[in-house]
Amino acid sequence: MNQNYLLLALLVLPAVGSVAVAPLRTNDRAAKSLAMAFALLELGLTAVAWFSYSVSAAANQRFQLTFDVPWIPAFGTRIALGVDGIALVMLALIAVLVPIVLGSSWTDRLPEGRTAAGFCALLLATQATLVGVFAATDVFLFYVFFEAMLVPMYFIIGRFGGPKRQYAAVKFFLYSVLGGLIMLGSVIGLYVVSAGRLPSGGTFSWAALRDLAAQVPQSVQIWLFLGFFIAFAIKAPLVPLHTWLPDAGAEAPIGAGVLLVGVLDKVATFGFLRYCLPLFPLASKSLAPLVLVLSVLGIIYAGLLAAGQDDMKRFVSYTSIAHFGFIALGIFAFSTQAFAGSVLYMVNHGITTGMLFIAVGMLITRGNSRLISDYGGVSALTPVLAGTFLFAGLASLALPGTNSFVSEFLVLIGSFPREPVYTIIATVGIIFAALYVLWVYQQVFQGPARGNAVMASMIGPGAVAAPSSAAGTAKSSFSDLTRGEIMVLAPLIALILLLGFFPGPVLDVINPSVAATMREVGLADPVGGMTP
Amino acid sequence: MSASLLATAVEQIPAATGVGAKAWLLVALPALSSAVLFLAGRRANTWGHLLGCASVVGAFAVGVALFAQALSAAPDQRTTELPLFSWISVGALHVDFALRLDPLSLAFVLLITGVGSLIHIYSIGYMAPHGQASGAGHSDPSRRRFFAQLNLFVTAMLLLVLGNNFVLLYLGWEGVGLASYLLIGFYQDRPSAATAAKKAFLMNRVGDVGLALAIFLLWTHLGTVQYSQVFARVGQLTPGVLFAVCALMLLGACGKSGQFPLQAWLPDAMEGPTPVSALIHAATMVTAGVYLVARCNPIYDASANGRLIVTLVGVITLLIGAIIGCAYDDIKKVLAYSTVSQIGYMMLGVGLGPAGYALGLMHLYTHGFFKAGLFLGAGSVMHGMNDDVDMRHYGGLRAYMPITFYTFLAGYLALIGFPFLSGYYSKDVIIEAAAAQPGWRGLVMGGAAMLAAGLTAFYMTRLVLMTFFGEKRWQNLRGVDGKEYHPHESPAVMTVPMIILAVGSVGAGFLLQLNHALASWLTPTVGELRESEGGLIPPSLVGVGTLLLSAAGVLIAYLLIGRRPTPVVRPEPVSWPVRAARRDLYANAINEALIARPGIWLCRALVYLDNKGVDGLVNGTAALLGGGSGQLRRLQTGFVRSYALGMLGGGVLIIAALLILRFGIQS
Repeated sequence: MNQNYLLLALLVLPAVGSVAVAPLRTNDRAAKSLAMAFALLELGLTAVAWFSYSVSAAANQRFQLTFDVPWIPAFGTRIALGVDGIALVMLALIAVLVPIVLGSSWTDRLPEGRTAAGFCALLLATQATLVGVFAATDVFLFYVFFEAMLVPMYFIIGRFGGPKRQYAAVKFFLYSVLGGLIMLGSVIGLYVVSAGRLPSGGTFSWAALRDLAAQVPQSVQIWLFLGFFIAFAIKAPLVPLHTWLPDAGAEAPIGAGVLLVGVLDKVATFGFLRYCLPLFPLASKSLAPLVLVLSVLGIIYAGLLAAGQDDMKRFVSYTSIAHFGFIALGIFAFSTQAFAGSVLYMVNHGITTGMLFIAVGMLITRGNSRLISDYGGVSALTPVLAGTFLFAGLASLALPGTNSFVSEFLVLIGSFPREPVYTIIATVGIIFAALYVLWVYQQVFQGPARGNAVMASMIGPGAVAAPSSAAGTAKSSFSDLTRGEIMVLAPLIALILLLGFFPGPVLDVINPSVAATMREVGLADPVGGMTP
Repeated sequence: MSASLLATAVEQIPAATGVGAKAWLLVALPALSSAVLFLAGRRANTWGHLLGCASVVGAFAVGVALFAQALSAAPDQRTTELPLFSWISVGALHVDFALRLDPLSLAFVLLITGVGSLIHIYSIGYMAPHGQASGAGHSDPSRRRFFAQLNLFVTAMLLLVLGNNFVLLYLGWEGVGLASYLLIGFYQDRPSAATAAKKAFLMNRVGDVGLALAIFLLWTHLGTVQYSQVFARVGQLTPGVLFAVCALMLLGACGKSGQFPLQAWLPDAMEGPTPVSALIHAATMVTAGVYLVARCNPIYDASANGRLIVTLVGVITLLIGAIIGCAYDDIKKVLAYSTVSQIGYMMLGVGLGPAGYALGLMHLYTHGFFKAGLFLGAGSVMHGMNDDVDMRHYGGLRAYMPITFYTFLAGYLALIGFPFLSGYYSKDVIIEAAAAQPGWRGLVMGGAAMLAAGLTAFYMTRLVLMTFFGEKRWQNLRGVDGKEYHPHESPAVMTVPMIILAVGSVGAGFLLQLNHALASWLTPTVGELRESEGGLIPPSLVGVGTLLLSAAGVLIAYLLIGRRPTPVVRPEPVSWPVRAARRDLYANAINEALIARPGIWLCRALVYLDNKGVDGLVNGTAALLGGGSGQLRRLQTGFVRSYALGMLGGGVLIIAALLILRFGIQS
């Protein structure tokens, strides 16, 4: 068998980096620089993987860059790695985000007794597990990474987070572990099912299990589907299993929040596409209405909740829950356009929400408060930061010209032919998106200078006497973005615009794999589709 | 000829050649300029406005070249496409970034870049950092930001009209919405500006949902989003789907064009700098709804009911706008409601179908001249009056700003339909065509449009009298900034664009109707203009009646305002119609009561529910299992077990729901 070691290298490199960075407890700068070097190396390797992936071969080759060695022969588990277009774009997203996250955390004030080495090591460890979870083509291996990725994230939130970090970390961990345990049941169930039907005995190989899917009766599929689905629904999260995310997102340090909401949660929607649909096609189709209800419920419910938040980080978390509703809608509407839209949405959401999170973090650093009501009229003090925040917000509300529009549009236009009612409700959700973004922008950035955090920053004559004309007379300690901060944000802005106008290269990678997923589900496109 | 052209409408459109192949410059010039101005920072403060103007003037030059090329071609050769790149392509869905050059889009290109150039130039003076005599708006140091955003608007507006498919239209559609949002909220320190900007964006998004759903419907039933393919396949749509598409697009048009029931944002949009009001909220962006209906003429042609609702919206809006316009004292708001009303006329026109597309577009064109001119005039008045907008503080200004006065007068006469000026040729033909509709429709539409013409004459005469004639009420007053008023004429950089627009207000109508110049130019896109017949009111009577009603409006305004002193403070109490008009016919109150307040209430309730309910369920179970919430020692284990239990409970609930759903469906 022809082994490709590229994915193995992608998996091992951040793990090695994590071990290498961890001992540098006395030298924060060296730790951060080394971590950044590893992250950039990983980015370079990912670029190699991106260009090694052949779009033309993807039509009849489900996975590329495959690596496969036995792991525990007694259970038939293997260390099997490989990527389709969907996994590849997720790997690219991780590789792009980690250096940006490191950059944005460069000047973070760490809690008492914590070192940058610890933070960077945990971040790289998270990256390694994330690569594993997307690159695994063995169901058991996937499960192992799925559980493993909790651990470094748990420690990041619990050690480096905000005031309520312990509470948030435990909540995050328990929710996830419980979901993981339910999934473990289904993973074992898959093995049992395959053992009874394959002459060669039980297997965890994704491809073998997919080929077996047609022989598994619907009732069995439903039980196995549920195990995966509940784990993913917690992770995504779908309403009503979402309440861990606002706490985790609010208490996590900004950089970890970006990875948590931007990538970690995408494992769930990726899981829907990779595991739920191809392995349990009958169950997926018969239970789709339930998922669709939860999706549109999430879009509207979380949209309204986002508008009602006073904590900026909770606000970003709720916007994400609303966005996950769009992704899930696209996946369970079963069309090539909706699938491609959902996959692109996963990438785009990581970029836009990452940027929104980072911009929020930069504001919080200046005002020392997460509360929206502590701010007001900030745009007069920091016009560039205000513009950046608005830009991220506009991308978040899927304004055409930004990356999110392409994905949201694909999800909606792809979902409409099969599921018009749910799509109409979801489309109404775009009004809520505009509402929560612009409402927060107005409260924080527009109008006269006001709010505790802003007024406390006023120095010099007239600071208290004339707050309304504060921008003119009094000085504020609020400074606009530094060169370093702009360097962190610039790649994200560039990506948002680039993918907004030229999504072609990414869609080209995604398209063959979503077409394959359509075939695995066994459905034809409602518009312009041919029978599979 | 045009009928056969429509019947054999082909899906393949020839590629643009010659100057047409350079049409991308139209969009690229302002886009590039906008990007430079946004990114260059303070360095560009000294020359940014010049770049901003140059880019739009350059685009205008390209537009004129394109127009000349098209004019030299045979009418059926004037429609070409310029594919630039593939934008979104998944499965059977292909969305190209491609420009469609045809008589309709070229007409808009000339209007947008032509009037746009004049307003950009005017803005150099209006937005200039200014000495003592000016108000807060003019001393704003952020002229560069203003031009960046105005360039962004021109870019988006050009994409809106030039796209060859509905998705590109949507890109421009929301793009102009963004520019409008940014520019309404331009004076960021004013809370009212921020609120107005947000309101405009949100009400527009309500309309955008309609437009988006219309696109989804077309895709579902026709498998394409490209104009030429959609229009060629309209025959495949059932009447129900056709009507739904028409209604949803109309919703989009209502949002963008400030039409009933989504009109309430447009008057608030006057918070933006006055050149913005002139370009975006009078001449171009707000007419995008009219463009949409005209562009989709093959769809509306196929649905009589679809056209009917367009005309109804138009009639209701033109009346609402004219009535409210009579009651306001804020010069910009009167003009804003006038815009609402005049776009109502345009919608009425294009709603008449083949009998009115060209008429609605003609009025759009002439309105673009005179309303932009009127707004620039209002801006010039404000410029000389410490940014005051209250007409009760004006009076007798004609001696102090003669150029402003005469150019404003030209716009005023054009708007009220003074014979042989622009509005006379464009508005009256819409009224005549509406009145010529068979049966009660003609009576209602024509009657309402004539009545509104009288009201238009009244409120515009009132505006002119209160501003330029009568006592100099400002002599005994001080501005909001506490300074005395020193009315003065504006600099040439502002008055020259006003003069050009005034010339347009006088002559454009005559030129465009000469030999049906505009109608026959537009024929390849919107079809030949058909004569309406069968109305209950004789056409000759309609023309005379409109003139008489307008004259009556002028006379009543003269008797009520011109012959009496105007109180500096607006009189209270007043009769109920005036009260209602002053409160926008309760549109805002209704929005507030039906949407805003229940929305806020729902939002708060949900936040409470999510914290106390959904999450509380989890934490509450935790407390129970942990043996009471007071036992802090056991909290740690309580957490673990309770979450586990909560999650288990949630899981069981979902499984139960799934099973019910699963077996419920089967049985």
